[in-house]
Amino acid sequence: MEKTIAGISTEEFFASGHRACAGCGVALAARHALKAAGKNTIVVTATSCLEVFSTPYPETSWRVPWIHGAFENAAAIASGIDRALKTLGKRKDTNLLVFGGDGGTFDIGLQALSGAAERDQNFCYVCLDNAAYMNTGIQRSGATPKYASTTTSPAGKIIHGKTEFKKPMPFIMAAHGAYVATANITFPLDFINKVKKGLAFDGPAYIQVYVPCPTGWKFANNLTIDIAKLAFETKITPLYEIEKGILTISRKPAKEIPVKEYLKLQGRFKHVTDDEIRDIQQHVNNEWKRLLELEKNKSRVC
Amino acid sequence: MKKPKITVGAVIEEPGSTIKNKTGGWRSFRPVRDKKKCTKCGLCWQFCPDNAINENFDVNYDYCKGCGICANICPFKAIKMVKEEK
Repeated sequence: MEKTIAGISTEEFFASGHRACAGCGVALAARHALKAAGKNTIVVTATSCLEVFSTPYPETSWRVPWIHGAFENAAAIASGIDRALKTLGKRKDTNLLVFGGDGGTFDIGLQALSGAAERDQNFCYVCLDNAAYMNTGIQRSGATPKYASTTTSPAGKIIHGKTEFKKPMPFIMAAHGAYVATANITFPLDFINKVKKGLAFDGPAYIQVYVPCPTGWKFANNLTIDIAKLAFETKITPLYEIEKGILTISRKPAKEIPVKEYLKLQGRFKHVTDDEIRDIQQHVNNEWKRLLELEKNKSRVC
Repeated sequence: MKKPKITVGAVIEEPGSTIKNKTGGWRSFRPVRDKKKCTKCGLCWQFCPDNAINENFDVNYDYCKGCGICANICPFKAIKMVKEEK
């Protein structure tokens, strides 16, 4: 029997010595996703922080077969691998795991991912959501929350950070008929179980994991888990699963915490006014209400 | 000087080879565990982004970047961050 600590396997497929910043949420998510997938896994990674810090040539952190193509085509490469494995008759005992950052998923890789999901390709796509293009220098992406200051949506006199809310990516993937789940690195076991479920699912699976970035969000690097936990408790990133169009909330926060508690710890939100905090709170409340209704009615989300 | 061998397609042939790169040099604070306070709950091990805490909850200073997540997450305050001095 495999050895576990708190229900998590002690086997490591993601080696130390990678060049991620101290306190990186992405490195932690990659470590746990690989624990979920195990030894018989092929990993595809889109251009991202993860790709850059895990494979500085001629070294690699991966202890499983790994391939990187370009920014936009991770899902297309995975489609090819899926077909090849099927042809070789090895599809059943091989896990196919794809990693993309939020930029490589929400914006640049969306058409390849949409195409692969439409063709009903079988892989588990893990979107590492740190809410901006961190690797290239903190540019805003479709996943950046409203009012967050980035290098391409800087807070100043004209705008107060990004002017749009986050793209509802999990629902876009749910509309493709994929197994969809959102996760948070504060709950590694929940994340591992969702990745396992995604890998076992016959068809495309999309898991969006919330990974704070000390460098891009401007907070002390020992607070990564605290911030991720606050994002869950303030309902900024609810945890849910969508199976066959039916939504279930995986975990509900025990108490009401205002979003201000989450915002005030991060430099990217230091300019926000009370009115803007109210706007964010209103948006979070509406989204949460919508999720509760979807869960209660058991109606298809799309 | 011998030219380094470049593989076809820049394939990296040695899995997990970043272990050659000792990231411990980045650290300015080191986590020190008080074994008396430690209850071996495993939270520090779970949340280390660098696999720098082993199954016995000892810190591997070759790779620990000193982020301090372990000291911050520890419910028993068994890990202290101590300034590195030369």
